[in-house]
Amino acid sequence: MTVGSPPPLLEVEGLKVWFAIRAGVFRRRVGWVRAVDGVDFKLEKGRTLGLVGESGCGKTSIGRAVVRVLKPYSGSIRLSGKDLLAMKGRRLQQERRRFQMVFQDPLASLDPRQTVGQVVGEPLRIHRVVGRPERRDRVGELLELVGLPRDAVRRFPHQFSGGQRQRIGIARALALDPDLIVCDEPISALDVSIQAQIINLFERLQKQLGIALLFIAHDLAVVRHIAHDVAVIYLGKIVEHGGAQGLFEQPRHPYTVALLSSAPVPDSEVERTRERIPLTGDPPNPANPPSGCRFHTRCWLRADLGNPEECAVTEPALIPHNGDEGHRVACHFADRVAERIAALNLPTVGVSAARGSEEEASTAESGSS
Amino acid sequence: MSNAKASPVPEVRPLPTATASDPLLVVENLRVTFEQRHSEVRAVRGISYHIERGEALGLVGESGAGKSVSALALLGLLPPETTRVQAASVRFEGREIAGAGDRELRKVRGSSISMIFQDPLSSLNPVLRIGKQITEQIREHLDVDRAEARRRAVHLLELVGIPNAAERFSSYPHEFSGGMRQRAMIAMALSCDPALLIADEPTTALDVTIQSQILELIGELRRELGMALLIITHDLGVIAKSTERIAIMYAGHIVEKGPTAEILRSPAHPYTRGLLRSVPRLDHPREGKLTPIHGNPPDLGMKAPGCPFRPRCPVAVPRCAEDNPALEPLCPQREAACWMPGLLPAAAGAAGR
Repeated sequence: MTVGSPPPLLEVEGLKVWFAIRAGVFRRRVGWVRAVDGVDFKLEKGRTLGLVGESGCGKTSIGRAVVRVLKPYSGSIRLSGKDLLAMKGRRLQQERRRFQMVFQDPLASLDPRQTVGQVVGEPLRIHRVVGRPERRDRVGELLELVGLPRDAVRRFPHQFSGGQRQRIGIARALALDPDLIVCDEPISALDVSIQAQIINLFERLQKQLGIALLFIAHDLAVVRHIAHDVAVIYLGKIVEHGGAQGLFEQPRHPYTVALLSSAPVPDSEVERTRERIPLTGDPPNPANPPSGCRFHTRCWLRADLGNPEECAVTEPALIPHNGDEGHRVACHFADRVAERIAALNLPTVGVSAARGSEEEASTAESGSS
Repeated sequence: MSNAKASPVPEVRPLPTATASDPLLVVENLRVTFEQRHSEVRAVRGISYHIERGEALGLVGESGAGKSVSALALLGLLPPETTRVQAASVRFEGREIAGAGDRELRKVRGSSISMIFQDPLSSLNPVLRIGKQITEQIREHLDVDRAEARRRAVHLLELVGIPNAAERFSSYPHEFSGGMRQRAMIAMALSCDPALLIADEPTTALDVTIQSQILELIGELRRELGMALLIITHDLGVIAKSTERIAIMYAGHIVEKGPTAEILRSPAHPYTRGLLRSVPRLDHPREGKLTPIHGNPPDLGMKAPGCPFRPRCPVAVPRCAEDNPALEPLCPQREAACWMPGLLPAAAGAAGR
């Protein structure tokens, strides 16, 4: 990432989102669930950062903290240099126009009694951006932008298919011309044949409007496709962070390697010949994370190396790997990963070298028939 | 299940499997219709398939394709008031079970055929201890005493990889994590040594790391116990990992059928091809743009003639609007229901269709 003169669009530092555990008659606080426990990242205009990790790792909490739905325990979130956490009232309300959220289940996030026109136009009404007649035009424009017919305005969300509903949700998110959209598993509830339509839509909108996307998903293939940069989260911390290509093709954190080794690919031959790294046990409890490296209780590399003491004692910092500022890894033994994954036949390792990736000029994304 | 040979649209011909030993399961021309007040939804529109002993067949398709419904219909698990199930024949271990009464089907379910579902929590009884639920199942189908049932249950929990099985025996479902619950479900499903396990989206709700453990577990159990598997999923990666043959479903029809490895490498039906091209792949270089399938999934109330995939099909010809193509042999072991089938490479970029 370059250090330009203007501040990045989004800069998150030391973000902690903790939830209180309360017990007893007086609901006294007896502990904290450390959902997000010290996370730093930047996101530039027009770029996509993918957040991946298992359920419960804190990726959704990061997204919700960024759009100020969740109040962080500590840390800072700056949008174009302005501290969002210090803002309140009208200033915050004004700033809210610049970041929006798209959810996994569009139907659950849309009011069933509102027409599509009302759903998409609501942000315009609340923020009093334009008068009523202009609002109608703007809603029509937004619907076209996401590939829906203008006459969808009068219909209700339930009259649309899952993919179209997600388009409605995206149109609403776009209404106020945001700079940043936080997408929380935006395609995982959609049918496979529809997912690609929505992914292409996000990519087109990003190109057209220069929006930055914070893309939260568990599907590694989708994240690799859409994101410029990727952060892998484990138990509330970023364990590996870098450009999508480098991170997927040369993973250097044992957890990233385990994730990649588990993701199945639609090829029987590949599936038969690859090795898998089993992650033993369930993820630890975020109310009581393991000492040292949080991953050490399930780490295959540590077991391979004869369970060095260091992993259980000292928490590794997220530092540039071999001096590469663009690829950070939080592992004491990141250097030892490369030699060990050669035999695993991970699906992504070396694919670019094997076949140059060329831009494909296919006519793709389009809306309803 | 009512045996109604009376609906004689022979879209799907009986399978050419006249071998000496009968397959484990043969389904011929299965139809399922949901009757609503003013309309009917034809969810499964005449599908035929077979599963050999010990074999894994994948039923692939998107929501509404009819894959889960067809499996539930086999076991008589659909509400009889609103559902009409018809089949020319359903033979399990050589025995005809189409038209069998509820009591007879009950015997088959749980003892010879078991089923696991996507959401284990909704299929486990929340107020009964895990062990109790398994022993109940064992004693329902096998003639063993309580101590023996308990011994078997603990053994099953060990078999599916639950640590401290003897202690966890008396846990409640909510005390288990998602992966553990799915393991407990599998233990329950295995309790009577089924010849066939039907797994309906067994890993869809799970993380990839847990998913791979569960699929590996099912694979191991299959090898050890010689159990056959019918796995229902929309995930082509899961299919590649766990099946030998697949049947692709679209709008209640099987549109393509054959060995998994071949279909994934060179799909014949434009829908299969579309599915494969629309997913980004970890094992390929990153593509510039994905190639989605145009349009929306089909409406199951529709009665239009012709191929149900035609409105979304990139290679449709006029004939597709008039006749619905039957599933026809294409080459050894492979069948497709398309007027314009073509064995094309699945990899995107091969053709700009």
